[in-house]
Amino acid sequence: MSEQVFEPKIVGFLCNWCSYRAADLAGSARITHAPNIRIVRVMCSGRVDPSFVMKAFSLGADAVMIAGCHPGECHYIEQNYKAMRRFHMLRQTLKAMGVEEQRIQLVWASAAEGQQLAEAIDKMVEEVRELGPLGWSGNWEENGERIQALEDIVKEHEEAMEVTA
Amino acid sequence: MSESAPTNGNGNGKAKGKLAIYWAASCGGCEISILGIDTKILDVAAAFDLVMCPCIADGKVRDIEKMEDGEIDVCLFNGGIRTSEQEYMARLFRQKSKCLIAFGSCATEGCIPGLGNLHNRQSIFDNSYTSETDSTENPDNIRPQAVTEVPEGSLHLPIFYDTLKTLDQTVDVDYYLPGCPPESPRIWEAIEVLLSGNLPDKGATIGENTTVCDYCPRTRHNKKIKEFKRTWEVIPDEETCLLEQGLVCAGLATRAGCGALCPQVNSPCIGCYGPNEGVEDYGARLLSALASVIDSEDPDEIDEIIRKGIPDPIGTFYRFSLAGSLMRRGKRPAPTASSQ
Repeated sequence: MSEQVFEPKIVGFLCNWCSYRAADLAGSARITHAPNIRIVRVMCSGRVDPSFVMKAFSLGADAVMIAGCHPGECHYIEQNYKAMRRFHMLRQTLKAMGVEEQRIQLVWASAAEGQQLAEAIDKMVEEVRELGPLGWSGNWEENGERIQALEDIVKEHEEAMEVTA
Repeated sequence: MSESAPTNGNGNGKAKGKLAIYWAASCGGCEISILGIDTKILDVAAAFDLVMCPCIADGKVRDIEKMEDGEIDVCLFNGGIRTSEQEYMARLFRQKSKCLIAFGSCATEGCIPGLGNLHNRQSIFDNSYTSETDSTENPDNIRPQAVTEVPEGSLHLPIFYDTLKTLDQTVDVDYYLPGCPPESPRIWEAIEVLLSGNLPDKGATIGENTTVCDYCPRTRHNKKIKEFKRTWEVIPDEETCLLEQGLVCAGLATRAGCGALCPQVNSPCIGCYGPNEGVEDYGARLLSALASVIDSEDPDEIDEIIRKGIPDPIGTFYRFSLAGSLMRRGKRPAPTASSQ
């Protein structure tokens, strides 16, 4: 049997004015990139609430990319700086939870940088492939003895009920 | 425990309701806060028979098990779900109660016991039962076992879970009452809502719909800070917003309900009242708000400010809410093997 190659699932939050257009440009210019990224268009990288990223991880994403206009070039003046500050705080928090730093990346790509965005995506896919699956919700599962333990309590209590006071 | 259709103390002939108060992985502070409603507890006693409250009254699990489904009118359930016994009790109370209320921070979002979710059973037991810690003396390495065989038969202890769950991750919950613990006046207000029969929509949090900042008397200006300070590093001035002085104050992300007690005694809010209305992840909201006040546009400097000022991001952002957060826990090395 041939060895299965791990294909990471990456969620990308791309800003409407620069990075999403970069992705569009990559498409129309027939620049190829790894198909592992699922792109969500947001109006601004500053719109990306840290909870979006955490929700992506908890629902099965292996990595998350946030992409926006270069610093100083934000359509909304300085919101990408807010995205940058938030990103650093979020990355340190996720690191403390055990999520590797490479699984969350902040990328700047202007509307003219289709090639750069495609390269950033390819690079990220390879880095995450190296790390392997995240499978976050698997962390929540108890081992099989939980159900047994609950059944045992019910049984024990039923037996105890049979004894008249 | 009274028999069929008793009348309440004030003689209006209305049948008394049944009230249960139960605790799981919690500290008992919630019960003390309930008793903090003072003489109004007599009004509660007039309206309800207390069928179970291990902290302050007698009551047997067996009697609850014998009840009809939905026989208890209101169950105030505090504490997170850490063991199989607690999960069993949560399911039992769900079945027997018309209205199940997640009471206090532990039941709603995991609270301090939920920080155990940075570990698993194995590492928690290693810490508690081996000489890894200086305060532990256990030369025979005795650890709690789920099953112990004795001549008379098998003895069972509840299974200790790797992950503490909140009440609504375990069973269906009708209402939430936040706080560590819920402040007594808020508890009384909630009881009044329940007694009025004018109930909010299912899933509602009974409490205020604003943040601690709204109750904080300090003056606020534009916030821009170059460093976060720890509480021991500075004696803050008593007039200005604590966050502007560099202290990590969680008031801006935390639901009101306490009356801003901590900032009024020169101590930053630590977030015990949980997220405000409509917020899915408390820590995400707090870190987002704190990040935006950092006065720097240089990624390395930003990283340094955070690393120096917030050495423990989870303890800062998720002190009360790790178990109830989107991520729920830290990465687990591996599920703990079957025997405890």
